Amino acid sequence: MQQLTRFAVDYVGYVLKGGSKFYAWMAVLALFILGMLYVFFLQNTDGLIVTGMTSQIHDGLYFANLVFLVGVAAGAVTIVFPAYAYHHEGMHKVAVLGEMLAITAVIMVMMFVFAHMGRPDRLWHMIPPWGIYSFSSMLGWDVMVLNGYLILNIVCGFYYLWCKYTGKPINNKWFLPVVYVAIVWALSIHTVTAFLISTMPSRPMWFHSMMPIRFITTAFAAGPALIILIFMIVRKNTKFWVDDSAIKLLTTIVTWCLGLAIFLTLSEVVVELYARTEHANGLYYLMFGLHGLTRLVPWFWSAVILMIGAFVLFLIPRFRNDFKLLPIPCAMAFAGIWIEKGMGLIVPGFVPTPIGEVAEYYPSFVEVLMTLGIWAFGFFILTILLKGAIGILLGEIKYGGPAAVAK
Amino acid sequence: MANKQPPCAGPAQDLASDCPVQPASADPAANPLKTTRRDFLRAGGMLSMSSLMGTAALMTQSDNANAATEWAEHFQKNYRLMTPEEKNEARLRLERRYSDEYGKKVAVDTTEAQPGMLMGYALNIRKCIGCRRCVHACVAENNQSRGTRPGEKIEWIQVLRMERGKFEQEKMNHGYPEGLGIQVGGNAYTPAGQVLEGQYRYNPEKVPEADATYMPIACMQCEKPPCVKVCPVRTTYREADGPVVIDYNWCIGCRMCMGACPYWARRINVTTPVLPKEEMNPVTHYLGNRPRMRGVVEKCHWCLQRSRHGRYPACVEVCPVGARKFGNLLDPQSEVSKILERKNVFRLKAELNTFPKFFYFYD
Repeated sequence: MQQLTRFAVDYVGYVLKGGSKFYAWMAVLALFILGMLYVFFLQNTDGLIVTGMTSQIHDGLYFANLVFLVGVAAGAVTIVFPAYAYHHEGMHKVAVLGEMLAITAVIMVMMFVFAHMGRPDRLWHMIPPWGIYSFSSMLGWDVMVLNGYLILNIVCGFYYLWCKYTGKPINNKWFLPVVYVAIVWALSIHTVTAFLISTMPSRPMWFHSMMPIRFITTAFAAGPALIILIFMIVRKNTKFWVDDSAIKLLTTIVTWCLGLAIFLTLSEVVVELYARTEHANGLYYLMFGLHGLTRLVPWFWSAVILMIGAFVLFLIPRFRNDFKLLPIPCAMAFAGIWIEKGMGLIVPGFVPTPIGEVAEYYPSFVEVLMTLGIWAFGFFILTILLKGAIGILLGEIKYGGPAAVAK
Repeated sequence: MANKQPPCAGPAQDLASDCPVQPASADPAANPLKTTRRDFLRAGGMLSMSSLMGTAALMTQSDNANAATEWAEHFQKNYRLMTPEEKNEARLRLERRYSDEYGKKVAVDTTEAQPGMLMGYALNIRKCIGCRRCVHACVAENNQSRGTRPGEKIEWIQVLRMERGKFEQEKMNHGYPEGLGIQVGGNAYTPAGQVLEGQYRYNPEKVPEADATYMPIACMQCEKPPCVKVCPVRTTYREADGPVVIDYNWCIGCRMCMGACPYWARRINVTTPVLPKEEMNPVTHYLGNRPRMRGVVEKCHWCLQRSRHGRYPACVEVCPVGARKFGNLLDPQSEVSKILERKNVFRLKAELNTFPKFFYFYD
């Protein structure tokens, strides 16, 4: 118990101390978080009318980010799996950082759920024993698997850090089984999120069984792309060294998951547009516009350019082997998938509506500010979690050690 | 203390019988403070972050007599799990609040489904003239949000205006896709027939128009409703006599049901509904047309406040050409049963297996 208090004190003490660069970064994020709190207040006094959502297009930027971030959370498994199933040395060293990213992403997902709901004050209605849990609802399942994933990652991540902190050996008897469960669980969260929208025959654009595999491939491209970017920043700004082998393996994973994602998108385009039934109207709206409404067209084509461009760059050895250039295709892939899987997937599902009405949606300032704020909050906690984890991995936070000071 | 009883909510469909009967509380109108306290204690375990936010909002207006009512409403159970006493309490609370809010005596009916009744609807698309009196009658009867800002105005019925369309000699050489040379000719048509590509925002001098047909559409009250299946809190469900209803006080506004509905029958209240006092219909049903609140979903319920008392829904009553028929599907002598027996009927999007109890027919 005394060890646990010391752990908490040392951990908090370490992450709170930093250079001016650290404080400036956190202050900027805090500004955005304040903005988010303000628009959240607006949304829960005025109502969703302050957003661009209507009864026609009732899922927008929030739902898009929610779907995307579930993918980022699941993407953390691209580190954990090679580390524990293939005993990849470089990955094993950084596996805990992946778990920290997963924790962050799931928390962000939950904040987007809050932002999306019409009545967030009634969230307890879906939590037993006070509320009702519905096993027939995909949203119910999604909430369950997401919370499970959050708990699994907190348990795995912090138990590992705890052992490093105290210097005790890891008890593999229960730790490894939990890690393996977490790996499978990562797939489940994104599969269920895909089912969330692909189980609705009322929305033909989403109603196909390719959705889960598309979600997984895009997740395993966008997730590790972000992780590579984070590793680059970690290598530059801390004493912690992420091995080249880990980044190289992640690059390979991003490349081929991205390739698969592009292939699946193109397959959908061919199948839908060859027959060109009414059910293809959503995709047609996305690609070319419908009845003169074309707001999403630039989004789609920029996503296509970003994704294919990133894929080509990844295939060029000069780019994928030069760690100075590698962030470029990674950022492109991340942005491309954010568009394709977010706005580019969610909004056209509602165009046209089931009775044939073609409407447009554009996020309002409130939605943009809320989204930026939640991302800022995500980076805020990610910074703290990574800083603490790296401090422990470096041995700067250690039980019985001197009060550690971060660089 | 009252809160020694275990909470009665649970995942089962109907736990009402498992719940210990709560002592009938004092009339909340007579003693609002007591209600507050009791519900506060019962809510002890529910203090999630979200509840705290709601309560904070309520605390700031605690000198308002309504605050106690809203407080109690915030922590009430799913309507289906309430005991008869709790339902009555909820009803009294609402009647008091609505009467206060709209400056007139408002009645909230809680009449249950009657055995031997299964409501059904049939619409003669040959007769419909597109006058949209049903739309306006529905708005007036069911206290929909008037409003003018985008998304604020709510109508449950859409009358789709569809062009008759025709094949034309001049168009014989029009190809599709034009200019690509893949298919030339054979495209002499304009859209025709009952496709869901109609326009419900039309404004003609007079109806019916020569070049159009009309297709009214609203909630189909499916026997296998996809909206009910996706609801994560089971706030929307099929009543025993047929209609699919919503407990507005339990809805969390997640809008999954709106995504799942193949008929676009559901609306979200993007803000507090705009309902002028003088236009408010004071004859309401708990699961029907009582005024809704911000952030919840609503839809057609076949005017439960009328139909449970043997009256026609407002749209049926107002239809000037008698295109709309309503009745008991279990009664072979009812108009609806006779139509199903003798006319050519179809269900909209029958391929989705939602089994609507709303039928279209023609003479």
